[in-house]
Amino acid sequence: MDWLNSILQGVLVGGLYTMFAAGLSLIFGVMRLVNIAHGDLVVMAAYLALVVTQALGMSPLASLLVIAPLMAVIGYGLQRWLLNRTLGDDLLPPLLVTFGLSVIIQNGLLEVFSPDSRKLQAGAIETATIPLTPDLSIGVLPLVQFLVAVAMIGSLQALFYRTAWGRAFRATSDDQSTVQLVGVDNRHVFGLAMGLSLAVVSVAGVFLAVRANFDPSMGPARLIFGFEAVIIGGLGNLWGTLAGGVVLGVAQAIGAKIDPGWQLLAGHLAFLIVLAVRPEGFFPKVQA
Amino acid sequence: MSGAFTVTHGTRVSRIVALASFAALAALACAPLWAQASSLNLLTQIFAYVALATMWNLLAGFSGLVSVGQQAYVGVGGYALFALTIFGGLHPLVALVVAGVIGGLIAIPVAGLLFRLRGAYFAIGSWVVAEVFRLLASQITTLGGGSGTSLPARIVTSMADGRQAREFMIYWTGLALVVVVLGLTILLLRSRWGLALRSIHQNELAARSNGVEVTRIKLLVYVVAGFGTAMAGALIFLQKLRISPDAAFSVNDWTAFVIFMAVIGGIGRIEGPIMGAIIFFVLRQALSDLGSVYLMMLGLVAIVIMLRAPRGVAGWIADRFGFEPVPLERRLTRSKPSNESKPESAHV
Repeated sequence: MDWLNSILQGVLVGGLYTMFAAGLSLIFGVMRLVNIAHGDLVVMAAYLALVVTQALGMSPLASLLVIAPLMAVIGYGLQRWLLNRTLGDDLLPPLLVTFGLSVIIQNGLLEVFSPDSRKLQAGAIETATIPLTPDLSIGVLPLVQFLVAVAMIGSLQALFYRTAWGRAFRATSDDQSTVQLVGVDNRHVFGLAMGLSLAVVSVAGVFLAVRANFDPSMGPARLIFGFEAVIIGGLGNLWGTLAGGVVLGVAQAIGAKIDPGWQLLAGHLAFLIVLAVRPEGFFPKVQA
Repeated sequence: MSGAFTVTHGTRVSRIVALASFAALAALACAPLWAQASSLNLLTQIFAYVALATMWNLLAGFSGLVSVGQQAYVGVGGYALFALTIFGGLHPLVALVVAGVIGGLIAIPVAGLLFRLRGAYFAIGSWVVAEVFRLLASQITTLGGGSGTSLPARIVTSMADGRQAREFMIYWTGLALVVVVLGLTILLLRSRWGLALRSIHQNELAARSNGVEVTRIKLLVYVVAGFGTAMAGALIFLQKLRISPDAAFSVNDWTAFVIFMAVIGGIGRIEGPIMGAIIFFVLRQALSDLGSVYLMMLGLVAIVIMLRAPRGVAGWIADRFGFEPVPLERRLTRSKPSNESKPESAHV
């Protein structure tokens, strides 16, 4: 029962990793951009949530009404004024510019908020549990987190395959030059994709902040978790990313059960094993 | 018209630069005679960073392998040095070379995994490998686990008689490391593999269809970088005398700074990382009191250079003044010039 409990917790944590991964997967899908600052943007959203909840007295989830649009605007601006200039055949500019951005965000947060770890209080929901059997219960918050992740993937999937925006995203992803011939401004589409990515990031940031302590140096590890979920699930497949997040969460939970020092290592090893035996991930869709 | 052709690299400028480099090398080798201990210490740090940046440049600038995980090899080198001297009883300088070999050997299976990832995903994958190494290092209880360990006094004193002799020895080791790493890189890039790398850089598909063994050459480069980076790591921790997983596998110290140096100095040029390292250390001496603001400025400078002058300072100098201190391209020169014309040459 102990084991079952660990695995269940791992599955639910996988929801959080899916949220880290979804934004990363989205922009890679649309413009083949890998944003090294992605994890730092998650942490930045967590700090924004801290500021908003304290300043406006909102609950963490309600603060998303402010943070998500704000992050979306930041994302659109970042893409239009900075990242669009780096796109092209050369791999180095986008990687190194987002790497520079990561350093700036991390140290900016350090400067403003100090290295002390913080946490967002969500009230009674934090400790509420649903008993399943006498020995097994699940926390309400992790469950909400997982359900939000599923809903997020479902909405992104619907947006990609059922809306005009989604058509523009997919068309731009398929062929950047042809899409311009039919009147789509790819710079604008890229801006929208990054805006959407950072709206997703803001949800991830709020759940990160509610779940446990956070500090400015946490970004890179969130990037790595998201990246591992994307690769395990298979590039370009959103439901695959959810599966990847769950695999990563469960691997970490099993590792932690064996020895607390093995939690992160077990997640990384699961990723490396998938890379060794099934490098295209479980549910691949596009070639990187 | 008949006549034998020879392939050359050197130009008049490059020969003058080479002579000047030997003079500078001689001056640096005599530095213990004229410099203070603190300057020697600083110079050794610069040497280690020039080596790291040159190795990163070999990967990213010449081979399209953009890594943000080279701290993996710095840490492996450092830990290998500690393990080989403490448990193996090797002399630190022997251990330093063996640490490099270990770094190169570890690079082979790592490449087997990472080469499955392309482009930017290779970069993050390399970071995961570094994290795995860091977590594994913190499981080595005999080397202090997560909190690390110091190099025992008996090993420190076995290096040379007296503190000053030790400092000189570490300094000369650093200088030798730079010479080895730069020499190895220049030789590699001027060899037929270097020509192959150039062709891969210009058009990988065309290179492949002309019989260039792309994967093998990238593997060779990755292994050489693992070797050089691990030796630099061994030197760094021989100088620090203390190692811990967080210090040994730090992404900031061993990759972020190194990338800044390469970007500012000029990616894809031999002299770029050298210039970048010097600029970086001058900035650091002047601004490091600013702490995290200094790091933000570095990030900003790197972004601006990447957007405005992606070839860095060395590239700007080359474009503006046509100054090519270390030409890597091959020139075909008629070895016996005929009577009626000047020697013709073509760039390849």
